[in-house]
Amino acid sequence: MNDTFEPVIIGFTCNWCSYRAADLAGTARVKYPPNIRLIRLMCSGRLDPTFVLKALASGADGVLITGCHPGECHYLEQNYKTLRRYLMLRRVLTQMGIEPERIKLVWASAAEGVKLAQEITDMVEQIRALGPFKPRYPMPLNPSEVVEVQPVAERGTV
Amino acid sequence: MSMNGKPKFAMYWAASCGGCEIAVLNIHEKILDVDANFEVVFWPVAMDAKYKDVEAMPDEAITLTLFNGGIRNAENEAMAHLMRRKSKILVAFGSCACAGCIPGLANLSTREQIFEAVYDGVSTDNPMGLRPDFQWAAPEGNLHIPEFYPVLKTLDQVVAVDYYMPGCPPESHQIAAVVDLVIQALQGNATLPPTGSVIGAGTSTVCDECPRVRNVKTIQQFTRIQHLTEIDPNLCLLEQGIPCNGPATRSGCGALCPRANAQCIGCYGSSDSAFDFGARLMTAFASVIEGKEPAEIERVLDTLPDPVGQFYRFSLAHSLLRAAPLVLEEEEQYATHQH
Repeated sequence: MNDTFEPVIIGFTCNWCSYRAADLAGTARVKYPPNIRLIRLMCSGRLDPTFVLKALASGADGVLITGCHPGECHYLEQNYKTLRRYLMLRRVLTQMGIEPERIKLVWASAAEGVKLAQEITDMVEQIRALGPFKPRYPMPLNPSEVVEVQPVAERGTV
Repeated sequence: MSMNGKPKFAMYWAASCGGCEIAVLNIHEKILDVDANFEVVFWPVAMDAKYKDVEAMPDEAITLTLFNGGIRNAENEAMAHLMRRKSKILVAFGSCACAGCIPGLANLSTREQIFEAVYDGVSTDNPMGLRPDFQWAAPEGNLHIPEFYPVLKTLDQVVAVDYYMPGCPPESHQIAAVVDLVIQALQGNATLPPTGSVIGAGTSTVCDECPRVRNVKTIQQFTRIQHLTEIDPNLCLLEQGIPCNGPATRSGCGALCPRANAQCIGCYGSSDSAFDFGARLMTAFASVIEGKEPAEIERVLDTLPDPVGQFYRFSLAHSLLRAAPLVLEEEEQYATHQH
């Protein structure tokens, strides 16, 4: 494996807890690797599995999903839906031959900046060990016959 | 080829079952309108014509080509390019050409696994373990058969497609409507939709057309429909624990299956709002599953033993991830094996 491989991880955070945890980590000067790109959602329940699949298909090596602890959702119980989607996604990825470890679900309250930073650090190392995710498709038999594939992304918007 | 001045019509099948052709014939007497308005120049399942006849036509000589089937081998791909070159309007006709359909599920298996199933299956007598050779030097000269590709591609992954007409097969009344539209457009009485449009289908979901009632009910297990002796005719199938793909599937069929007490299997592909068919279904299924503990949820998910087959039954070859890493691995092994 390439020693210089720097994983790209997309992190989805909840406005009410994990985004603030990340903010707290920053304010408190708790360091975590810059491999993660955080995207703020209003709730982890907003996380459509499409976001995860699209992140991977667009070149991310891993996806971190974060939300409020069970029972603490700002919108009562949307984070349970996230949990179900996450467990379903893991099964789908496994069946597709993709390591389920490429996605990770972490609960982090607004006070848990240190915990979130640690989870991010752990995940970066885990993905580094797994190596880059390359959905190379299609694979022509003869490399000289590479077919231009119209990206699915150009056919519509999420 | 006769020169009667009528616009030319072609229909070709690549990796498909032939159901699309039957659906076209199923438009009944409307087929006479096709004959009255078009000259059918190439339709292997219905008439005798050779590839070289098509090759001899000027480019864009065919006004309308309905292309069904996925791109499974080199012949399919060559024909896709040929039909594209010779056609003014190329329609990806049916689920295989649009999204991969059932043949696309083979993208979960390596080529070697597919060959094993075909050439070493229990119903196959192949004591010498023969496999197809794409090239063979026979005494009479070199023989070749079309290469079997490692993955099934959809038509638009190979050539530009003007319109998509989903369905497995497309419903006959929808085909008739599209034929009518093209005829009207040719006579200057209608305009064709913008390139890239989905035609002969709705924009919403099968749920929208389904008369069943939805409550906010959660389920503790999924059950295959054939294991049920009683199905509530008025209640949403998903809420009865029957894995129904209606929430993500494009409307246009009139919710035929749910009306007949059978779950929607998703043959019309993604609705306008669903970007990735399976992802949308995961969202829908997640909202009916009961359970807040991982173990509880896993127990429910255990009753859905083939999630990819469920969520991507007709759309795997056109999904965001398309089971690519497995293919990659196989190709590397294949390449190592060959050299």
